Formats: sequence, C-alpha cells, structure tokens
Amino acid sequence: MFEVLSNELLAENLHKMVVSAPRVARARKPGQFVMIRLAQGEERIPLTIGDADAEAGTITLFIQAIGASTRRIVDTKAGAFLRDVAGPLGKETHITNWGRVVCIGGGVGTAVLYPLVKALAQAGNQITTIIGGRSSQYIILADELAALSKTLLITTEDASLGSKGFVTGPLAEILADPMRVPQAVFAVGPVPMMKAVAELTRKQAIETIVSLNPIMIDGTGMCGGCRVQVGSETKFACVDGPEFDAHLVDFDGLSDRLTSYRKEEAVCRSAAECRIGGEVAK
Amino acid sequence: MSNILTPKERMAIERVVMAELPADERSRNFEEVNLGLSADQALDEARRCLQCKNRACVAGCPVGVSIPEFIDALAGDDLPRAVQILRGDNALPAVCGRVCPQETQCEALCVRGIKGEAVAIGFLERYVADWAMHHPDRLLRDQAPEPTGKSVAVVGCGPAGLTAAGELARQGHAVTIFEALHDTGGVLRYGIPEFRLPKAIIDQEVAILSDLGVTIECNVIIGKTLTIKELRDEFDAIFIANGAGLPTMLGIAGENLKGVYAANEFLTRVNLMEAGRHEDSSTPIIKRREVAVIGGGNTAMDCVRTARRLGAERAMIVYRRSETEMPARVEEIKHAKEEGVEFVMLTAPTAILGTEDGWVAALRCQRMELGPPDDSGRRRPQPLAGSDFDLPAGVVINAVGTSANPLLTGSAPDLDLNKWGNIIINEQGETSIPGVFAGGDIVRGGATVILAMGDGKRAAAAIGEYLKTK
Repeated sequence: MFEVLSNELLAENLHKMVVSAPRVARARKPGQFVMIRLAQGEERIPLTIGDADAEAGTITLFIQAIGASTRRIVDTKAGAFLRDVAGPLGKETHITNWGRVVCIGGGVGTAVLYPLVKALAQAGNQITTIIGGRSSQYIILADELAALSKTLLITTEDASLGSKGFVTGPLAEILADPMRVPQAVFAVGPVPMMKAVAELTRKQAIETIVSLNPIMIDGTGMCGGCRVQVGSETKFACVDGPEFDAHLVDFDGLSDRLTSYRKEEAVCRSAAECRIGGEVAK
Repeated sequence: MSNILTPKERMAIERVVMAELPADERSRNFEEVNLGLSADQALDEARRCLQCKNRACVAGCPVGVSIPEFIDALAGDDLPRAVQILRGDNALPAVCGRVCPQETQCEALCVRGIKGEAVAIGFLERYVADWAMHHPDRLLRDQAPEPTGKSVAVVGCGPAGLTAAGELARQGHAVTIFEALHDTGGVLRYGIPEFRLPKAIIDQEVAILSDLGVTIECNVIIGKTLTIKELRDEFDAIFIANGAGLPTMLGIAGENLKGVYAANEFLTRVNLMEAGRHEDSSTPIIKRREVAVIGGGNTAMDCVRTARRLGAERAMIVYRRSETEMPARVEEIKHAKEEGVEFVMLTAPTAILGTEDGWVAALRCQRMELGPPDDSGRRRPQPLAGSDFDLPAGVVINAVGTSANPLLTGSAPDLDLNKWGNIIINEQGETSIPGVFAGGDIVRGGATVILAMGDGKRAAAAIGEYLKTK
C-alpha cells in the first residue's frame, strides 16, 4: 500500500499527487514511469514520474482524469492509499549537454516534460521551453519551468494566456532563426502535437525526442500491448522507451492504436456517470 | 491396508474417468472444466498402482514426487500421510495435478501403461492436494526447521520461484520473493485461465508458503526498483526466476492493427485483470465473432478457449503443421474441440488484413504441406504455391512464443546470457555471478510449469549447499 500524501487540483481534471514510494523515489531517473492500481479489481495505469524526493521517499504524479479509472484515482484523498505502485519503469532519458535545447509540452504532457527540463538544466543546457494548452487553465508548471529555462513561451488556442495558437508557432520561429536554432528538441503531449513538431524539425535534421503514451497492461516487458513502429522496427514502449526518435515514430499508427478501446471506455464512462447520477438523485 | 489386493485384483480395475462440465455449458463460462475425483474413485484408482519396486514413474517427474508412496498412503486411506509425502516433494501439488502434462512424464513411464492404461497419477495428485486444502485440521504438522540465519531472495513469484521458496524455507532459510506484478503466481495467474486452474487454488498454494514463513513483496521489479547488486548486499543468495518476456512478433504485415493481440496481452487482460469475466471489470477487451489464434501450443489453446468463452462464434486455431505435431497437451486439444474450436491445420498466416479504419478484418493464409523432418524432428511445413486464402477474423492472437525479458538482465552486465538473452547457468543452476542462481523460462525460453518447478527445486538444493560454504 502506498500512501497519498497530498492531492492538489491544478486545472480541470488535472491533479498533482505526492505519493509515498521510497524504493521508487530512490531508483527513479528522469523519463521513467510507474504502473498504478488504485484497488483490487482496478486497471493498471501507466503514469510518468513527474518528480521525486529520494530522501523523503516520495514521488510526484500528474494525473489527468480522462476515464473512469483515472477519475477514481484522482478522487483519492490525502491519507488514503493506492494499492499498487510499481516502478520505475522504462528507460531513463539520455541527458547530455547539447547546448541549445527546445522543450515542448502540450497539456498534461507538460508534467512529463518537467523532469526532463530539470535534468537538462542540470546538465548545463540553454533551454527554451514552450508550453501550450487549449486555454490558460490548462497551462501548468509555468513558474517551475520558467525557473529552469532561459526563455519560457506559452501558447493557448483561445489567447487567454501567452500567444494565440499552437506550440508549433514559436517553434517554427526559433527554427528559422540561425542564432536560436537548437541542437535538440524534446516534445511531450498529444500525438498530433508531437507529430507536428517532428515534421517541423525533420527538414533541418534536428535531433528530436518524444515520450510516447501507448496502451499498456503490465508495463514490465511482458504483454507487448505498448508496441509502436519506430523506423523498420517494432518497439515496446515499456522496455525500449517511452522516449523515441521522433523522426522514426509512426505517429499515425500510434494514434490509431490508442483508439482500440474507445467504445469500451465510453461504456465505462457512461456507467460511471449513471452511478454518479444515481447518488445525486438520492 | 493397501497390500491386501493381489496384483491380479489391481490389474482388474479400470482407469478412472474424471467428470467434466458439459462442453456446451462450460464454453460459455470460466468455471473449471475438470471436476476432480470422488473419494471412491480416488481410492479405486490408487489401488490400480502396482507399487513397482523400480519406481519408473518417479524418473518421469521433474520434481521427483514419491509417486508410489503417496499413492500407497492414499490406497490405504491414510490421506494425511499422502499429503505429507506429496507436499514434501512438491510445493504446488494442486497446480501440478491440474496443469502438468502427466501423459508425457510420470504416466508415460507407468508400467500399467505398457498393456492398457497408466495409473491416473495426475488425478490422484490433484485429489490429495485438494483434500488437504479442505482438511487443514487433519494435516500432519512437520517440525519447523531450525533457522539457519541465512537469507535468500527469490526473483519472481511464478512456478519456479514458488517451488524454490518452499524448498528453501523448509531448509530453514529466511526467504523473500520479489514479484513485479501486483499479485502472486506469475504465469499461473496471468497466463493459465481460470477454467484450467482456478485462482483460488493459486491463492491457497501461496498461503501454504506464507505459513512456512516465506515473505512475498509484490510491485518490486528487480532490475528497476532494486538491482541484483542491491539484493546481493542484503541477501546471502539469490534465485532468479522472472519468467518469459516480450512476445515474438510474427513479422507479417498488419501486426499493429487494432484487434491484434499477443497471447500474453490477451491472457493477462482476461486472467489477471478479469477483463470480460464479469460486467463491471475495469480493464477492457476486444470481443469479436471470429477469432483466429496463431500457434499450436498450450498457450494457443488457452487463448482460443478463452476467446470462445468471451463469445466468439468461430474460435480458430491456425497452425502451420498438422495436429500430430502440435505441442499442446492432448487433453487441451480434446477439450478445445469439444468446446467448438475449429482447427485450421497446415495453414500459415502471411498477412493480417485491415479495414479502412484500422481494425482487423481477415487473416491472409497459405496452405502448407509437410516435407522432410527439420532440426526438431518434426516434419518441416512448406508452402503450397497458389494456395492463398483469407480467413475472416475480427481478432487475431499471436501465440507463437516469447523472448527473454530484458528488465533484470539489462541491469546486471556481469550476468552471462546466451544469444537469445536467456541467462546461462551451470549444472548446479548457478549463473556467472557467484551465489546467484537462475531457473525457469528466463533460462529455458518458453517451457512448462513443471520444468520451471524442477529448476526451482534443483536450484534450492544447490543454494542449500552453497549456503553451507558461507
């Protein structure tokens, strides 16, 4: 059992949770994830480790409630427990001093990006961070990322914060400026965003790393559910990833596989909502 | 008491037939298919055993169960003694009594099988083990072993790990099992379906080990959460039995379509996560009318029979050789056929075809014929030119096998591996790191539960010797 020490609402459906998991906290490296199961009978959910404190024995998770299972996880109050936390899983990010680096986070992907930015900053990189979301309430960790970056740029689709548009806007400007063009780009967010970033950097052959979030069951290199096409090879995100060369990833295939359970999840969601409705009626 | 029967009288008794759930009923639920023996049936069957002096059957058992002895106790109606003998040799008798391929092991060597039918050793093992679970108050208590003060870490809570843990605990060592998943049993739980091995049986076998003082820590992935080096600092010896790894891909077009599963994913969803087994299970599974399972082993049979239970009207085994070459147990093939599974033999998949929106639509196949024997001694299948055809399928399950799991070995560079990534061991089961032993699928590649258990038992004996020198 793993105690939830705090649970904070950052934005609509987006929670920051600090969980006691001393072994994971000690072993964890940037880029790695954990498998979480709230209780007996619940799904196993992969979540990136947003941050960790080895001394305190805690890990920080940023959780977006999108399905019935994640909703129940974010409903866990401080002082309550998650039944299972297993990790750290996946390969750690290859961190080096590239020189100029652009880090891009979209929506909750910004939380996954945060530990990378932290590690890249520690390695001496000069970082431009671009974070984007639908509107200002989906922009998270802006202060933390600003503190680690030389420049922080924000985009929102409704212009409620930063410049109007998508993260690819500022990225295109940077790529066009010989004084600012980076040696490496890191991007984490929705698949279309990562794909768009990869297309932009491909022409200049700038090394671009993305962190993928395919469907996973065990997360320990057993089931093969998380397979993604990377170049001519089938890779398994849980053991070979979750980070891959963006210029080789088959984003369309990934995107398509992510819809495998849309129908079943819709049923789950409506069942959950029915239950909530029932409680209200009483 | 049992010796009151003459050999002639023993020979006159016919082999028992175990009752089964009717096929049309069981192919719609996950209830156990084999129903076990009644007390009278078990007693009669035990009396068929000739109590041969040379104990041929024992040589066929990878864990060396004292078969004639436990059967003799059973025939004499001394069940507590039968349990004591059986459990003394086998940490998981209720599991083995259900999933061991006795027909190719102990029963294949039974003298009674030379003319007629072998003693149903597996059925008797199951009977004795199940009786023990229902009569805890009547069991003989073994004296607790003298604690040795030595500690052993066991990596993996599957058949090899559980067996080694039981043996080591009986030697008096302090044993801790580290399991990567959230529950015990390894492949027994995530791989073997409820209808062959009920989860309650695994729970009870594991509980017996806990009673012996074995500690089990789930959610600990050795190689990730803790390293082998950290375990070496904390424990006097280590047994690695972390099992099989990622699926071997077929290498044909369409493998990433929606509705294509590797056997491990399909079985894990249903067995471990309970997808499709009750209405409110939180883990989803794709169900379709036509399901094609590629492969001919026990895993393929487990998949296809599971697919049938999830509602597939056409649940098919697609295998490139013929039924005779199938590695699956005869009983599994028989049960699958009774449950309406179709066997599409001498057929190899060449591509998986999809719909416009990325779902599986069909399996493109070609017919095969058997040529001369290959390295495995089985006749090599070769394609028949111009025999391509499409088999309609909404779900395709790849059950051709798995490769070695890289998580642990990847973090222990001084552990010698073969070219497939499996750990190399010597005759004592010891790896290239002193005090670190290994067994089961991480050494063998894909094998059976009982071979893994045999490895666990042998390694435990070797670890016992090793610890005496420390």
